[in-house]
Amino acid sequence: MSNPKALILRAPGINCERETHHAFERAGGTSEYLHIKKLLEQPELLDQFQILAVPGGFSYGDDISSGRVLAQEMKAQLGERILNFVDRGGLVLGICNGFQVLVRLGLLPCTKGTLEEEVTLTHNLSNHYECRWVTVQTQKSRCSFLPEGLTLRWPAAHGEGRLVATSPEAQQTLVDEGFAAVVYVDKDGNATEQYPANPNGAPLGMAGLTNHNGRVLGVMPHPDRSYLPIHMPNWRRTQLDNGELPLDGDGMVVFREMVKTAKAEG
Amino acid sequence: MQAWRIDVLAKQGQLDPIGDAAQRTLTAAGLHGVTDVRSRRGYLLSAELSEQQVEGFARAVLCDPVIEEFVMHAPDTAVHNAPEVHTLTIVPKPGVTDPVAHSVQKSLADMFLPVVAVGTYQTYDVHGDVASEQLLAIAKKDLANDIVQQILVDALPAGLPSESPMPDLSVHQVPLKGLDEDALIALSKDGGLALDGHEMKTIQAHFEMQQRAPTRLELETLAQTWSEHCKHKTLTGTVSFDGRTIDNLMKSTIAHVTHTLDRDFCVSVFVDNAGIIKFDDVDSVCIKVETHNRPSAIEPFGGAGTGVGGVIRDVIGTGLGARPIANSDVFCFAPPDLKAEDLPRGCLHPLTVMKGVVSGVRDYGNPMGIPTVNGSVHFDDNFVGNPLVYVGSVGILPTARGLKKANPGDIIVALGGRTGRDGIHGATFSSLELNTKSESLSGGAVQIGDPITERKAMDAVLACADEDLFSAITDCGAGGFSSAVGEMAEGLGAIVTLEACPLKYAGLTPWEIWISEAQERMVLAVPPEKLDRVLAVCEAEASEAFVLGRFTNDNRLIVKHNDDVHCDMDLAFMHDGLPSRLLVASYKAPELSEPNLPAESDHKQALLDVMADFGVCSKEWIIRQYDHEVQAASAGKPLCGIHEDGPADAAVLAPKLGSMRGVVLSNGLNPRYSKIDPAAMAECALDEAMRNSVAAGGDPDYTVILDNYCWGNTRDPQCLGELVRATEAMCDLAMTYRTPFVSGKDSLHNEFRATLDDGGTKTIRIPGCILVTAMSVIPDVRRTMTSDFKRAGSKIVLVGTTKDELGGSVYYKSKGELGKNAPRVLKDSALATLNGVHRAIQAGCVLSAHDLSEGGVAAAATEMSIGGRLGADVQLASLIVEGNLDATKRMFSESQSRFLLEIPPDRLDDLKANLHEVPFAVIGEVRSDEQLAFTNNNEAIANLTIAEAEYAWKHPLDLDGTLTAEAKR
Repeated sequence: MSNPKALILRAPGINCERETHHAFERAGGTSEYLHIKKLLEQPELLDQFQILAVPGGFSYGDDISSGRVLAQEMKAQLGERILNFVDRGGLVLGICNGFQVLVRLGLLPCTKGTLEEEVTLTHNLSNHYECRWVTVQTQKSRCSFLPEGLTLRWPAAHGEGRLVATSPEAQQTLVDEGFAAVVYVDKDGNATEQYPANPNGAPLGMAGLTNHNGRVLGVMPHPDRSYLPIHMPNWRRTQLDNGELPLDGDGMVVFREMVKTAKAEG
Repeated sequence: MQAWRIDVLAKQGQLDPIGDAAQRTLTAAGLHGVTDVRSRRGYLLSAELSEQQVEGFARAVLCDPVIEEFVMHAPDTAVHNAPEVHTLTIVPKPGVTDPVAHSVQKSLADMFLPVVAVGTYQTYDVHGDVASEQLLAIAKKDLANDIVQQILVDALPAGLPSESPMPDLSVHQVPLKGLDEDALIALSKDGGLALDGHEMKTIQAHFEMQQRAPTRLELETLAQTWSEHCKHKTLTGTVSFDGRTIDNLMKSTIAHVTHTLDRDFCVSVFVDNAGIIKFDDVDSVCIKVETHNRPSAIEPFGGAGTGVGGVIRDVIGTGLGARPIANSDVFCFAPPDLKAEDLPRGCLHPLTVMKGVVSGVRDYGNPMGIPTVNGSVHFDDNFVGNPLVYVGSVGILPTARGLKKANPGDIIVALGGRTGRDGIHGATFSSLELNTKSESLSGGAVQIGDPITERKAMDAVLACADEDLFSAITDCGAGGFSSAVGEMAEGLGAIVTLEACPLKYAGLTPWEIWISEAQERMVLAVPPEKLDRVLAVCEAEASEAFVLGRFTNDNRLIVKHNDDVHCDMDLAFMHDGLPSRLLVASYKAPELSEPNLPAESDHKQALLDVMADFGVCSKEWIIRQYDHEVQAASAGKPLCGIHEDGPADAAVLAPKLGSMRGVVLSNGLNPRYSKIDPAAMAECALDEAMRNSVAAGGDPDYTVILDNYCWGNTRDPQCLGELVRATEAMCDLAMTYRTPFVSGKDSLHNEFRATLDDGGTKTIRIPGCILVTAMSVIPDVRRTMTSDFKRAGSKIVLVGTTKDELGGSVYYKSKGELGKNAPRVLKDSALATLNGVHRAIQAGCVLSAHDLSEGGVAAAATEMSIGGRLGADVQLASLIVEGNLDATKRMFSESQSRFLLEIPPDRLDDLKANLHEVPFAVIGEVRSDEQLAFTNNNEAIANLTIAEAEYAWKHPLDLDGTLTAEAKR
């Protein structure tokens, strides 16, 4: 089939749309921006796409709480529609603020297939925004496109990234039942709650979630800022050791696998 | 106005990082007895809403159902505290921008509820045995700022502010006829106009010729346009300098360099909001650096934030619209460990200032989605009353959009934020000296930013630019509409109608609307046939736009409100009527001497002291609060090395995604040298900016620079003489480097008049500072460098000559001395050094490179070791020196034009071939362990571990205690 089409959602305060757009194109997709105002006027436009990406940023200033105002704006007209989009085979990616929006909309973790706020992304234990590279590991999970067992370095850049569910048991369930698709790991490769390997103090090291049918992925750290080799913090050492740079940075796998999956299914 | 009160708080058992942070702050500030602090977010919703509506809304929007719960209080009900709990509530003062309230209103609309008046507040429940007076006093200093916030203890906000009374819309005449100079000066002073007697007399004469009195709005317009902030009266004045006459200092020095060099990559210099240079065949990059010192002195968070917002707007409004790609911020503060009793009355504590400034920059730059990639922080006691906040921004735009020109008939469209009473007299305020009472008198000039409104305006402007919908653009900065429209109308004319202007709240008079410096506003000149499309694009991007007027061709500025004419002035008088200033300057070098220090007995401790100097130490606590990765262009990050904690000399950006073409951004500044010789300060600033750029891979032959002055009272001839001396030295060097100035700015009168206990006053003047910012364009970011050691066994090479130049050095400072021998720059060998190191890096024979500046070779080698976690052997005897230098001076001399390079042993011949005649010496080797060893001949001078150095370097500004926790392990 032709290249899968990715809808790159724009909204006031969303600010990672250009890199997300480019990363999907680099992976062989066709990216298209759509402003939330236009999508709300014509929600059926969503059905022309195979992939929906909600990029990072500070939608509506993250006023009230991160992602809250945009999620509220989308809820009435787009909540069920995105759920249907997913059920019909669409793929959804939320990065950072996009992840926060998907959580507030109830699209993640969406354990029962209904739109319900089951978890939240709240203030880092440090109580401030922080930008640092972290090591994450993809888990054996429900996610239909993310290969398991990859150890990747992505930059985290957020003030409200601590993933919390209603109870410790509910948190454990997310891990046990394959919703916790991405976790922060320490230098030994173990999921960690320790700062700074885990920048926000999220229990069980949870950095990203997928939904019940594995077609939605939300991550706090940014694959969209680590998809080129020159994005990686120590690319000069890599260049020195290997004589050349690798083709991709560590974040590229997300975009490649989403486009590949969408293409295979289309 | 009565309102519902909704308090949102963490559910039992949930963590409360906001409350915990407040507890840490209160305890650190000396409040004893606090056992717990819990936070609550408060919202005020107008009583017009029903209980059911409020409850439904709170449940759906205000409260996070997973971890929070909420409490509703009906309008006009009292709330009683539990015993042993004090409530501390912080409420934005009426009229202060409250972006959250706007978002709440948006969500009301999204839920199809009536969009009523909304307010917000933050409450802390402070548990424990605490005196409420002490709580209030500490909260005022450390948790809030009563310039912009109301602080309540054991009381909650009564309701929402009531509607403003109807404003006086009539035209006010200000009679000047017959007033003598003293009366005119008094009038200027009382009105906050900051015009001097001569200027007031010029205005008086002009209106006498018109046989009428000026209106208030006309007088305000002139005060804004003629302010030091807008017109740079000093730097464009005629200076008599020790017998020489310099006509228009700016033109004959800085602009002269640029025009003489006439570099072909310059697209637009000095005429636009920012300097524009070519990036590649299609695009250009533009750059601007500003200061926002005075607002930041009084309200650091708001001042710094709106400073960032302002310089970003400058970039957006450059050419026909540029997209910001990077921010750079440089600060100067008094030492953050200043003793409370040494703090002059009326000053905020430097630690409070620093924390506020950092969070202000963070909370504007990050939401804008612009990476903050470069900066530095400097400390000196004399910044106590006048902290310096330099804010810079870089943008990218198609070269074809580089030039702008409004035409008669174009419609004036304003877009972005609404206009309020905020920031009135900011332009004139910034031209006055600060004093003990400034805090209370000048509060109106201070504002809180709203970055999302600016982001929407930016998106709208860039969407309009892509469709070629406007012929000129500028931002609203100092002077508001009066300056923006006044500047664009120069050579044309304009008719402005103020009544259509959307206001934040009712009650503004026409002159207030006209000169308000409310943030986040841009002004476009739109050809009439494109107006509908512009308004449609702004609507689609959710940015409010309206027609403010139109440009004419009669060279008159007419401002109306409804049918009343509030201004009808000749634009020629407005722009050219300002009498040129005649200034007197004189320079006499201070009488200083080199210190007579005993021989250094402990070089290890001396090095640790230097590493722990506030100026040298790690700025990681600041850097990590800034988003330096957004836009995915960072190929050279502010922190480098295997643990990503080593210092970078410059930022490297690849702004066009997928392309390797890049920009290198760096800066140079050293205020201490200014105390010895302002010429040394200026030269070193330029050379340091260039060295930083070259060390990171910048091309010295494709580099432009910016000059940003912060100076004391230039009416003092010596102070102005220092400025002239510094300028001439800097320009001389720039001419040799062939680096054109493309933009610059000055902030003068940085003096603080402190009231002493005995009732007397003391003036604290900042050391004259020129921040030099350098921007280089490079073909391939893959040929750039970081400063961290990469391989054990590499040779450590010192390029350049080390001299007895410790005047103003960190080493002398650590001994409480200033000294006399400030470093100077020898221009020809300096240029050869920059070019040689650049060639070597491009030839691929360098593994890491680091600029030598504060702390000299010892600090630089230590930093490279920390970055790479590889130790070093350094042979001090191997340094190329001039004169007889002992080991101490060899370690800590701050001679300029020096680099440390890491070279593979088999590439030393390559290095030599590329350095040409530039002197260099192998001074040591990178070790495989984590030991740093300095020796002189065979004598051990200092031995330390990287962990020891790291702790010294990280702990001074480790304000969360997390950086050194790691270093200790």
